[in-house]
Amino acid sequence: MTVKELTEKMGLKAACMPVPEREISGAYIGDLLSWVMGRAGADCAWITIMSNLNIVAVASLADVACVILAEGVTPDGAALDAARERGVNLLLSEAATYETAIALSHLIK
Amino acid sequence: MSESLRFTFDVDGGDFTSAGHASVQVKKNLRQLGLSPEVIRRVSIAMYEGEINMVIHAGGGHAEVLVHEDCVEIILDDKGPGIADIEQAMQEGFSTAPDQIRSLGFGAGMGLPNMKRYTDSMEIFSTVGVGTKIVMKVNY
Ligand SMILES: Nc1ncnc2c1ncn2[C@@H]1O[C@H](COP(=O)(O)OP(=O)(O)OP(=O)(O)O)[C@@H](O)[C@H]1O
Ligand SMILES: [Mg+2]
Repeated sequence: MTVKELTEKMGLKAACMPVPEREISGAYIGDLLSWVMGRAGADCAWITIMSNLNIVAVASLADVACVILAEGVTPDGAALDAARERGVNLLLSEAATYETAIALSHLIK
Repeated sequence: MSESLRFTFDVDGGDFTSAGHASVQVKKNLRQLGLSPEVIRRVSIAMYEGEINMVIHAGGGHAEVLVHEDCVEIILDDKGPGIADIEQAMQEGFSTAPDQIRSLGFGAGMGLPNMKRYTDSMEIFSTVGVGTKIVMKVNY
């Protein structure tokens, strides 16, 4: 499943989607950045409620396929600019983290 | 013996809201060199954790990345407060990060363990009141 397909199927809003054709495999949920660095797999979808600039560096360096901000959280302006610049897909979910994860689990392995 | 490629960075201690510049740049450089995604990912994560630690715990420092024939070597050097008990600092969950840093998502006490996990070797030299030097290697 590509990030673009996932966005459509889950009804997410794309804050920015510089790499729509990126394939997703796996998922990780967490807000503590070193946990994400240590546990999130490459190419996964990362669900978080953290919205500051640091999530973009983490997403890029840990090489995740996309970041999904759950619970209606919106990114900082600086985070959004950096995501565009560094090619990080940043998606927005109005649903709670749990519901977002369940919806995701129906679509990816 | 052929020369190793070398990248150096001054890591600014002032701004932990946007730290990670050196790591992001290293990732770009290694990509251009055509290293495997797996090696790039391991170097990126280990370096980012070390870079953030220098910003948060040591007021900045210096980073050097050497691309050797058989590995990438990362050398981080700071003149911060040093680490009194390295064994304790290496434990998952140990952190002295202040609250305003924690609210940004740092301070889980997982950085040093991650650096160890993602590298093939890691050495820490630290003297209280003088500074900390960390040398890591990621083999191809
Ligand atoms: N360069 C450094 N100078 C001084 N102390 C350090 C340095 N790096 C780490 N430490 C000490 O070691 C502790 C553990 O570091 P570690 O990176 O594992 O966790 P953290 O930085 O507190 O949290 P996290 O990395 O999960 O965001 C730190 O809280 C700090 O006390
Ligand atoms: Mg740390």
